Amino acid sequence: MSSIRVESLVKTYGPVHALDGLNLHVEAGSVFGFLGPNGAGKTTTMRILTGLARPTSGQAWVAGVDLATDGHDLSRRIGYLPEEPAFYPWMTPLEFLDYLGRLYGLQAKIRSARVKELLDLVKLGDSGRRRIGGFSRGMRQRLGFAAALVNQPEVLFLDEPASALDPAGRKEVLDLIGSLHGQCTVLMSTHILADVERVCDVIGIMARGRLIVQAARQELLEQVATPVFEVEAEDVYGLQAWAETGRTLPWVASVEFKAATARVVVKDVSLAKRELLPSLLQAGLVLNRYEELKPSLEDVFLRLVGGEGLK
Amino acid sequence: MNIWVVFRKEMLEQWRTYKVLIVAAVLFLFGLTSPLLAKFTPEMLAAVPGLPAGLTDFIPTPSVADAISQYVKNMSQFGILLALLMSMGSVAQEKERGTAALILTRPVSRGTFILAKFGALKVTFAGSLLLAALGCWYYTYLLFEPLPWVPFLLLNGLMLVVFMVYVAMTLLCSTLVRSQSGAGGLAFGGLILLAGLGAFPRLAEYLPGRLFAWGAALALGVDKTAWPALWVSLGLIVVCLLAAVLVFRRQEL
Repeated sequence: MSSIRVESLVKTYGPVHALDGLNLHVEAGSVFGFLGPNGAGKTTTMRILTGLARPTSGQAWVAGVDLATDGHDLSRRIGYLPEEPAFYPWMTPLEFLDYLGRLYGLQAKIRSARVKELLDLVKLGDSGRRRIGGFSRGMRQRLGFAAALVNQPEVLFLDEPASALDPAGRKEVLDLIGSLHGQCTVLMSTHILADVERVCDVIGIMARGRLIVQAARQELLEQVATPVFEVEAEDVYGLQAWAETGRTLPWVASVEFKAATARVVVKDVSLAKRELLPSLLQAGLVLNRYEELKPSLEDVFLRLVGGEGLK
Repeated sequence: MNIWVVFRKEMLEQWRTYKVLIVAAVLFLFGLTSPLLAKFTPEMLAAVPGLPAGLTDFIPTPSVADAISQYVKNMSQFGILLALLMSMGSVAQEKERGTAALILTRPVSRGTFILAKFGALKVTFAGSLLLAALGCWYYTYLLFEPLPWVPFLLLNGLMLVVFMVYVAMTLLCSTLVRSQSGAGGLAFGGLILLAGLGAFPRLAEYLPGRLFAWGAALALGVDKTAWPALWVSLGLIVVCLLAAVLVFRRQEL
């Protein structure tokens, strides 16, 4: 079942097409990584899906709510963490989360327990009574995360949730996002590919206002898997000699040298996995390294989006 | 009802950011000092050294009418100025800072957001005006004579209506633009426009400023009304708030 469904969404700002017929389906309970270069339309999509902006045309449903009809019902079902969450500097985190709890109509006892639970969750329990005005960006980001979870949302929108955090804070937030898997649907935009690889089970890549690819993480990596093996041997000349015959093998596409490392590009990965190592050993080579290169999301991204760069 | 939750937050914000204190202190100070100024200005003038002999005879003896006139003059200047200053950032600043986006993705309608702000500003101005009225009444009683309570409260009620016209107008300006200073500039333009229109006597009868004269007349027991100005003022409040809500509903954050 789709938790987020977007059909032919168009958003124009004068002559600029921020979204150009976006189609998107996000399954309930999944953690969806939203990638794309700067200006691809990720934030515009989030702003439309959270009711902060209106599409020029097209339709969208979030948690079963048609965005064109009922914004009030939508707000009870979603959580949203903007890229740079803003707060009232004169409030304390306790007061702010309590205020949000009141807006959702939580009863005093439940509200108080929920606020405490959330502050502990984002490690702000000790700062609950400090003015938010004095908080660092990382602390504000964590508070924003807690704020997005007050109503136990069905769908959670996270715009660059970990970009302002230090490595420890990032790990905590990513673990937290990972723990939401199955509990609620998460749509997370980020430019940190390692974060997406770590927590997202489905990945969508946007460019020029359209979704150019959407697939399960592993499936996406396999789709664009580079069939490359890297080999290093004690005897570099012996390896070079092997390369001459290796190039003639039917499952080998090419063998290139980069310093003392041989890059063997193969035509058939599964055949190469069976044949390459015996072939090298038969040539009497003592190997220092033998590695099948795993494609990274960065490879996938750069291949699909080309030179547009990351946000 | 969420409007009470947002109203409560607005009141707390005005308290924490000292807006309540500033409005109350300024209005109370001018309320308190208006009868004092009315009473002692002639004496101070008479005490100016080198004043030509006989001139002091032309300075009229201060009366309760002077106290009321001074009070209305002070309140009309500083009350309106405060209405502009306290309201100009209300919506614009929240849009500029991003807090509006964070709150409006919760179960808060745009109408609730605007009306709660208007309600909180109304409470602040009403409370501050009451303090000012108490101060003015007490000193008028000490220096002149006790003022009849009901007409004096009616004067303050009419002044509150004028202040609320400017609060509503500034809230509309604050909704129209994205920066606090822009909203202030726009609202100041509105103030100049109303003042300019007030220069035409036939038009002035219908403008909020006329309520000050009606209030002063009421407090002094003079039979003079300005019902058209009251209806226009209340109409302006409703129109400004309605326009602010409608504009805000269409805005993207």
